[in-house]
Amino acid sequence: MPVPRMVTLPTVMHIGKPAIPVVKVGDHVDVGTLIAEQDGLISSPVYASVSGTVKKIADEIISSGARVPAITIESDDAMTVDAAIAPPVVNSKEEFIAAVKKSGIVGLGGAGFPTYVKFMTDKPVDTLVINGAECEPYITSDSLTMVEKAEDIRLAIETADKYMGFDKIIIGIEKNKPEAIAKMKELAAANSKIRVAVLPSIYPQGGEKVLVYHTTGKQIRLGQLPADVGCIVCNSSTMAAIGAYLKTGMPLVERTVTVDGGAVKEPQNVVVPVGTAVGAVFEFCGGFTADPEKVIYGGPMMGVSVPDLDVPVLKHTNALVAFNAKEVKAPKTTACIRCGACVNHCPFGINPPAIAKGLKSGDMEMVIKAGAETCMECGCCEYSCPANRPIVQNNKLAKMALRDYKEKEANA
Amino acid sequence: MDKMLHVSVSPHIHGKKSTTGIMLDVILALLPASVAGVLLFGLSALWVIATCVVTAVACEALFNLIVKKEQTVGDLSAIVTGLLLALNLPANIPLWQAAVGTLFAIIVVKCIFGGLGHNVVNPAITARVFMLIAFGSMTAAVFPAGVDATAGATPLSVLAKGETVQLMDLFLGKCGGALGETSALALLIGGIYLLARRVISWHIPVSFIGSAFLLSLLVEKGDATAALAWILSGGLFIGAIFMATDYVTSPTTAKGKLIFGIGAGVITVLVRFFGTYPEGVSFAILLMNIVNPYIDSLCTRKVFGGSKK
Repeated sequence: MPVPRMVTLPTVMHIGKPAIPVVKVGDHVDVGTLIAEQDGLISSPVYASVSGTVKKIADEIISSGARVPAITIESDDAMTVDAAIAPPVVNSKEEFIAAVKKSGIVGLGGAGFPTYVKFMTDKPVDTLVINGAECEPYITSDSLTMVEKAEDIRLAIETADKYMGFDKIIIGIEKNKPEAIAKMKELAAANSKIRVAVLPSIYPQGGEKVLVYHTTGKQIRLGQLPADVGCIVCNSSTMAAIGAYLKTGMPLVERTVTVDGGAVKEPQNVVVPVGTAVGAVFEFCGGFTADPEKVIYGGPMMGVSVPDLDVPVLKHTNALVAFNAKEVKAPKTTACIRCGACVNHCPFGINPPAIAKGLKSGDMEMVIKAGAETCMECGCCEYSCPANRPIVQNNKLAKMALRDYKEKEANA
Repeated sequence: MDKMLHVSVSPHIHGKKSTTGIMLDVILALLPASVAGVLLFGLSALWVIATCVVTAVACEALFNLIVKKEQTVGDLSAIVTGLLLALNLPANIPLWQAAVGTLFAIIVVKCIFGGLGHNVVNPAITARVFMLIAFGSMTAAVFPAGVDATAGATPLSVLAKGETVQLMDLFLGKCGGALGETSALALLIGGIYLLARRVISWHIPVSFIGSAFLLSLLVEKGDATAALAWILSGGLFIGAIFMATDYVTSPTTAKGKLIFGIGAGVITVLVRFFGTYPEGVSFAILLMNIVNPYIDSLCTRKVFGGSKK
């Protein structure tokens, strides 16, 4: 797409502490210039995605509702690359992790967890699981990345394997992506450690715990990380980004975004500089067929709906879905008829009605027993509910209430 | 950008299933049995059905109006209750009795407890039991036109005397009983429709009818024909397919459903062979409705990655 006139880069595009701006208003930056540095362990640096002038550093509201500093850069249209950009020197595990850390790469599948932290684990890991399941409706950016950037993925796998020493590398892909499967099988043919696991196209196949279970048979228990069962899980696009960084030294400043939904004129995958306003991305895709009523970061099952078209594309925005009025229309919420659809559709065996009951009556032990903490908010319960009850919202509330409750219990 | 977009918690799409759609499926599934009832028992059956359905909808609408609740008749559940109850009544029942029974089902069993989803027991079953006790007309045997009624008894009482009945007659519904319960064929067609539409699962009907069959076989000392006659008689099919599978009053998990079905099958057979009433299906379902919350809490699914709590 054409160079955006302006980019807005929030200092939080990851799970963790905000990065600290290191530029001032008026500074000139190039593509790949560090503009905010990592703060603490769980954090990630931010780099300029266009060349130009820093126009504004001000608090913006991000999707979580928090106010964080965001850096606005006015583009000079030149896309001049920072002269200091050079491929990283990687000759040890420490250097590999440092490179991933410096690259600003976070989980590109949507979660945005700083990737280098996963490789820092001191637990024995023997398996690298690459998440190419891409189970959300509409989204195809991972699958396209696997087809077009297979070489980058190969480089990332080989480098990671060299320094981490995996026994097995499993690439999990849903079977409705034959092109991606074929490309990844080429990698597997050249490396005996790599195996492509063709998975049924069932949402939420790409949920971390679901994927690990279906590819390795291991259950990640409540409170555990994949490393606790010997696994590191990385999204396929994340791996491609690591490969690209190892090759060029250009940090994460652009990404592939699926643009789709009933309100979009020309749905497609677009490579977008991070920080571009979503409105500009839609404009590039031919604009709207009708006024969009809802715009979602990510897919329709777990994505976050945004308030307006000025919000930027973030590092972990894998899709932009714009719904028209018809698609937004939700059926009315009616009484629970105890049909059990939510209970029987939950991939984790959680009992949403019991969570609702416990939350309403203040019985937090009931909420815990019903499995609220295990909920990954995939939305299968709510999707299947004939009474259209706001189950995910309720589960989120229950988890928050539970956090308060546990704090109180710990202090008591 | 001036225009504000819709913002809501995910998921942003929903499945096509709706409560109203489910109720419509149940109504459609009950149509074969309703038609069979009218064909077998004549127009009087149609009047009973009409009375019950109209009374059910009117009662719920009026109740909501009086207590100023949001109108819920649009969800079609009142029609389901009215229709189900009608199919459980003899074709010659005085219409005022049918109306009183329906009023009991809708007002006392359903609305007072908070309406759809909040009733503790199945409204139609409970009303049937209430009417069994209140009205003598409920126990009188009614026969389809052209059926030899010389024995003057329903198949269940014939069977209880140790006599035999024609299995094919039972299967088609050419025997005495409530207007919608006699034709196992029509009920099976409805049941298969509900299974195909995934409105119900196989667990309750199969475990209910299956356990009743096996126990009957045991009591009849291995006489399969007699055991088949037992399960094809009375209200077992309509009860197992349409009433025991009521979402609100049955367990949500597969395991719970199996326990519920087996429990109901056992109670049915116990009442039939050892109780004072000839038929035990209603009592069986009612009793299992009452213990349903306990079954449900004992049969929760195992949470992923956790130990069974």
